[in-house]
Amino acid sequence: MAVATGKSFASRFGVHIAVLIFVAIWTVPTLGILVSSLRDKDQIIASGWWNSFSSSTQTEAGRLPAASAQVEKDGKFVLAGNIFGDAAARNISAFGVKSAAPTQYPAGTTADLGDGVTLQLNADGTFVMSSPKAFEGDRGQRVYYASSAPPKFTTDNYNTVLFSEGIGRSFMNSLTVTIPATVIPILIAAFAAYALAWMRFPGRALLIAVIIGLLVVPLQMSLIPLLKLYNGVGTFFGVPSKTYLGIWLAHTGFGLPFAIYLLRSYIAGLPREIMESARIDGASDFEIFVKIVLPLSFPVLASFAIFQFLWVWNDLLVAMVFLGTEGDQIVLTAKLNALLGSRGGDWEILTTSAFVTIIVPLIVFFSLQRYFVRGLLAGSVKGG
Amino acid sequence: MAAQILSAIFVIIIGVGGCVAYFWGANKLVDLIFPSRGVAGAAAIDNLRRQGLVRPWLFVGPAMIILTVYLIYPVVATLWLSFLDRGGQHFVGFANYEWAFGDREFRNSILNNIIWLAVVPAACTFLGLIIAVLTDKIWWGTIAKSLIFLPLAISFVGASVIWKFIYEYRGEGQVQIGLLNSIIQYFGGQPQVWISLPFWNNFFLMIILIWIQTGFAMVILSSALRGIPEETLEAAVIDGANPFQIFWKIMVPQIWGTIAVVWTTITILVLKVFDIVLTMTNGQWNSQVLANLMFDWMFRGGGDFGRGATIAIIIMIAVIPIMVWNIRQANKETGGH
Repeated sequence: MAVATGKSFASRFGVHIAVLIFVAIWTVPTLGILVSSLRDKDQIIASGWWNSFSSSTQTEAGRLPAASAQVEKDGKFVLAGNIFGDAAARNISAFGVKSAAPTQYPAGTTADLGDGVTLQLNADGTFVMSSPKAFEGDRGQRVYYASSAPPKFTTDNYNTVLFSEGIGRSFMNSLTVTIPATVIPILIAAFAAYALAWMRFPGRALLIAVIIGLLVVPLQMSLIPLLKLYNGVGTFFGVPSKTYLGIWLAHTGFGLPFAIYLLRSYIAGLPREIMESARIDGASDFEIFVKIVLPLSFPVLASFAIFQFLWVWNDLLVAMVFLGTEGDQIVLTAKLNALLGSRGGDWEILTTSAFVTIIVPLIVFFSLQRYFVRGLLAGSVKGG
Repeated sequence: MAAQILSAIFVIIIGVGGCVAYFWGANKLVDLIFPSRGVAGAAAIDNLRRQGLVRPWLFVGPAMIILTVYLIYPVVATLWLSFLDRGGQHFVGFANYEWAFGDREFRNSILNNIIWLAVVPAACTFLGLIIAVLTDKIWWGTIAKSLIFLPLAISFVGASVIWKFIYEYRGEGQVQIGLLNSIIQYFGGQPQVWISLPFWNNFFLMIILIWIQTGFAMVILSSALRGIPEETLEAAVIDGANPFQIFWKIMVPQIWGTIAVVWTTITILVLKVFDIVLTMTNGQWNSQVLANLMFDWMFRGGGDFGRGATIAIIIMIAVIPIMVWNIRQANKETGGH
């Protein structure tokens, strides 16, 4: 493809810029939740995550002490102290006393509140309010101020979601669902693929055609009859209808057509001579399969394993139907969906939970990308 | 936590172990019933033949049983259920289909699905192709491709949260922490509640799927582009073709087959799209699609299996042409052997 390289500097520069823009669009959204999940929860709503490295400014309201705290000094009544009290100090840039103009006066200046009353609020939160007449009432003056806090990063959000929001438990549930739902179809499909590729029996061609047809059957077609079936089995035997075994088998069933299709086309391409010489040496089909075919098929088994792992880990529909949306078996995706409903605006919970759910696929994906791409190419370019 | 990990490991061992035990045990059993070793000549040959008759079925048996229970039987059952009432007790003929085409929400879903089908596969394929061509020309193309490919590993629910955060709207006077509204505000525009804008919200949901699937199209098309013979491109350059002509007149026609495969794969995915709509809007504000509507009817008011099945059948009907095309392609490929 070297031919298509742009000749001029400008066109080459343009290509770099264009790719850079694409890369930015494709990575910035994910970066957003990663950064937000590490931010302090008050800062998340105070400024956009892209500003998280600069101090965040927020407008807050506070109340000065009540009249009982006043002291008389030089014929004036004075209230003094620090508006932050014992809380961590922040930097105030402006203040005001009306909610319509919360930043009317710059910090450090003295505001005239009328009737000779003055208020001075400094950047560090100390204030002095004085009046020629005694202050009255047990509610102090309301003060609005714009303060900026230094950027604050924390892992508190992870502690919260993992141990008190139930994400930790869901993480284990997801693993419990995903590992067998990945291994079982590989085993079953590998045996079937070997038989379809190298053993002779009536109906083989028909079976292959059926499997290719089933490749595209939408999951939705299976849901209702299987739900009825599971409920029926559950009632008949007096066992719960939503079990791990049930969802493993469901994922196995939905993954099998692709697994058999992918493995068969690879296993059928293995050299005939190896099989035949093993057979002459007296090896049975079972031995040939276990000792020769399985080791040789490692790359395609890895490809399928990654596919199925990502598919099952990321699945929401099958998990919601066959494992339920509440209770202690809930998987990560379903939990995240539930949190979207119950913790709608709590972005520190949502971004952190989302990052916990995507971190495992991302690790698998980055470490095994080669096999993933190979499976993708084998699975789609050849057939469907 | 420790107890949960232990019980998880225990169930995993039971599940996987049971599967291994079947294959190992069944084959042992065949060897025991029809021994081929340590038996005299004729009997051994006889038994080998019997083994050959039985063993393929041991190998494909589990797969056939599972495929039958989980895919073939349900397809037939769903078709039958679509002619029954909500509990699956009484035959109602085409009543469910009549209901569907008279229902406002259903017609809205069909319309939305058509828009999704028109936009998403086209956008993914087009963007994927452009990115594949561009990244091939620069030294850091592999890294760029990896990063664009990355969302493919993210679940639809995860991606929905990611984009919901981008579309986030905060009320008047508050700081806009959603990236989109913040950009709009920066350029002097008015922040919007994007996902509840009727009609346009569909496009904001589609962007999520396009974001996920473009990487898929890019990888497949990129490998197809590499398959174009170098000489073809060189000849075009020598004949004075400009980059656009090379792209449209040489590259695209050469990889037409691959483009079709990418297009159909994404089309099937779009028909099944469910998670994104459920998590972003749950079909509110006229953003309903068939797959989510079906899920809704499975559980709405205790579940209406007749209507749910009917919607599933309609999704299936849309897939059938692709299925037929697939089987034909596969037959053509194996026909040569």
